[in-house]
Amino acid sequence: MTPTGASPDIWRRFSPRQTVIRTFWMIVIVFIVVWSLSNLDITWIYLLDAHIQAGDLLTRMFPPDWGYTGRIMDPLLETIHIATLGTVVTFVISIPLAFLSASNTTPNWVTWFIGRFILVSSRSINTVVWALMFVAIFGPGAMAGIWAITFRSIGFMGKLIAEAIEEIDNGPVEAIEATGAGRLKVLLIGVLPQVLPVILGTTIYRWDINIRESTVLGFVGAGGIGIELYSSINLFRWPEVAVMMTAIFIIVVISEFISAASRSRIT
Amino acid sequence: MSNSSVPDTVWKRPPAFITNPTVRMGAWVLLAAYLVWSVGSLDMDWERVARGLPRAGDMLARMFPPDFSRQSLLIRGVIESVQMAFAASFIGMILAIPLGLAAASNLAPRSVYLAARSLIVLSRTFHEILIAIFFVKIFGFGPLAGLLTLSVASVSFISKMIAEDIENMNMGQIEAIRATGASFSKLLIYAVQPQVLPRYLGVCIYRLDANIRHSTVVGIVGAGGIGATLSASFKRYDYDFSLAILLTIIALVFIGEIFSTWIRSRLR
Amino acid sequence: MLEIKNLNKVYPGSLQALKGIDLSVTEPQVVAIIGSSGAGKSTLIRCINRLVEPTSGSVKLGGEEITTLNRRELRKARTRMGMIFQEYNLVERLTVMENVLSGRLGYVSFWAAFRRNYPPEDVRAAYELLDRVGLTGRHNDRADALSGGQRQRVGIARALMQKPDLLLVDEPTASLDPKTSRQIMRLIVELAHERGTPALVNIHDVVLAQASADRVIALRDGETVFDGKPDDLTPDVLTDIYGEEDWSATIRRDGDEVDAGADDGADEDKTGKRNNIDEKAIAG
Repeated sequence: MTPTGASPDIWRRFSPRQTVIRTFWMIVIVFIVVWSLSNLDITWIYLLDAHIQAGDLLTRMFPPDWGYTGRIMDPLLETIHIATLGTVVTFVISIPLAFLSASNTTPNWVTWFIGRFILVSSRSINTVVWALMFVAIFGPGAMAGIWAITFRSIGFMGKLIAEAIEEIDNGPVEAIEATGAGRLKVLLIGVLPQVLPVILGTTIYRWDINIRESTVLGFVGAGGIGIELYSSINLFRWPEVAVMMTAIFIIVVISEFISAASRSRIT
Repeated sequence: MSNSSVPDTVWKRPPAFITNPTVRMGAWVLLAAYLVWSVGSLDMDWERVARGLPRAGDMLARMFPPDFSRQSLLIRGVIESVQMAFAASFIGMILAIPLGLAAASNLAPRSVYLAARSLIVLSRTFHEILIAIFFVKIFGFGPLAGLLTLSVASVSFISKMIAEDIENMNMGQIEAIRATGASFSKLLIYAVQPQVLPRYLGVCIYRLDANIRHSTVVGIVGAGGIGATLSASFKRYDYDFSLAILLTIIALVFIGEIFSTWIRSRLR
Repeated sequence: MLEIKNLNKVYPGSLQALKGIDLSVTEPQVVAIIGSSGAGKSTLIRCINRLVEPTSGSVKLGGEEITTLNRRELRKARTRMGMIFQEYNLVERLTVMENVLSGRLGYVSFWAAFRRNYPPEDVRAAYELLDRVGLTGRHNDRADALSGGQRQRVGIARALMQKPDLLLVDEPTASLDPKTSRQIMRLIVELAHERGTPALVNIHDVVLAQASADRVIALRDGETVFDGKPDDLTPDVLTDIYGEEDWSATIRRDGDEVDAGADDGADEDKTGKRNNIDEKAIAG
């Protein structure tokens, strides 16, 4: 009845080998962090009076220059337009791009690779960097902003939609193929309805993010409230800055609300 | 049995989202009107735009072949970006724990919860470049501003995830540990941490990846990293160097993503 | 009508699913294909419309060789073959009507399909078919709001919208309860006979196969081991196909009624029959 081997009277959560591995990783992480911090060209002394500086900054923002509100309505509107129009163009481009980048709907591996490459490049380059490029091409203004939003968003949306396409139920696709329909019709009737909720949800989600992104595109000249904001900051006109930041806060919160409310209604 | 009346030969698909036909029509009209209005109201210099396409072609031509010759500059910028990303992720990981706990409605007292949530919302509303400019104004140019910006972004992101995870927790396990009379800290270690830890680590890795992406951009406003080099190259029309930098960024982000996916799959 | 000669299918990894199948359907009959799992039933059906590509052999529909068609010609050939699936394979988010009309996708243009602008005679045919399969008035319901049996009826309607020369039916009742299974099989057989369309039906329920089909073919390990009338299925033959079992309890005999038409009392019939058979078996 009694077990022949002696039972251990210590219990460890991790086996010795696991402990070694975990310790190893922790050391590696700490090492990297310490190296990073010490290697960075930072004058740490500045942090000492950080709180004083921050407090000073906040005091200069009050009272906010509410009279400035009139001047920012147009740029604010422009910001919203940039985000919305950019998202609309993204919607049109990202759907076929997603079909190209999904392994089950792409014609051949070359197109798949191209699709994936476009997605990765789009995602890797920040919206502001895209804006830099488009300002160089189109000059300062909303046009550059819209294309910047578009070029960044197609990677985001394309990736999510492609993932949804790869996860579809293949049964209906088989059934539509069996009726003798061609490739495009199979995609239209067999695949698209299955991923439509994802497409719509992702579009609204990205629009919300794009509102936030559009607020700062003006820093590099691509339109919107960023232009005014950048200039006010550089001229140390803090009360104006306070007003603009409040306005940004309001439109971001509203757009988040719209986004969350719409997405919960999509089935 | 079937009706004696002749079956219809026309069938219209019932609308999927808005069933009231007037509302649907109204929605389409609104959409069209918006498009017309927004495009019209944008102050676009169409002539400049028309000139833009050939400029784009010109720029692309000048980008190729990418100029990797200024390696030391490139490498220094990249290293600085990566260091900022790593350090900021670490700081974010650590500081997010108390903030995340404070922002969980089922663990924290109401006033603390509200304060923590407001803080998170506030820091997530503003784009990190805006936060970066503020830090630059306070601390001057250089990677300190960038490090702080990314840390703030990391803390708010990770703590939001932690708070959501905690709120979705299985409360039964909490109750069981509470019933043993354990103190709050022991409660955390035994009941909260096991449920939240795997996702927490995954989120931290994801944030590291995101920080690498963002670290390349805060430099544009002077907060350190390769962004400054990139911005300068554009202003100087050194497009071939710009392409080199861009390709490096793409490669960096891509490797980061692969690494992140690999680690997260190992964590399961 | 359908002529299969020496059909072979070898899957990668050298699993030979079909070994030299010969099959000929010369009149509009319902042919049940039985056999244990892995015997090759599903592969055989799918090789006919090339959802699975045969390794070698010949498949002729109405005299036309299917195996050598290019993609465009294959699509045209597929419009002549209606397929019904075990898992119904409807597009869940679309309405019943859209699913039924999708049977005509081989005949309409892309833009007509996009705008759901099907020709009036197709729409009329769709309404009539929905009536015929017992789904009157359900045309605007979403497919995922229907029960299993109802969804299969939509699948049947979709296949028939093609006005096919051949029906390929892959385990139509495997996901359905016994009563609904009998109703669906009955519907398929009725429709096939009404329209004079031959049908190949994969089925694992031997009783149902015997009750419904005009002809039974049995597969084992990719080969045909039986091809004849349903009543010729003796226990010995079934042992040959499926392995050793007490087949006397499974086989339908003369005098047994398999009545799936009545909605009421069907369950009682079933239990009554079961007792009948047991007594007969015990009596020897």
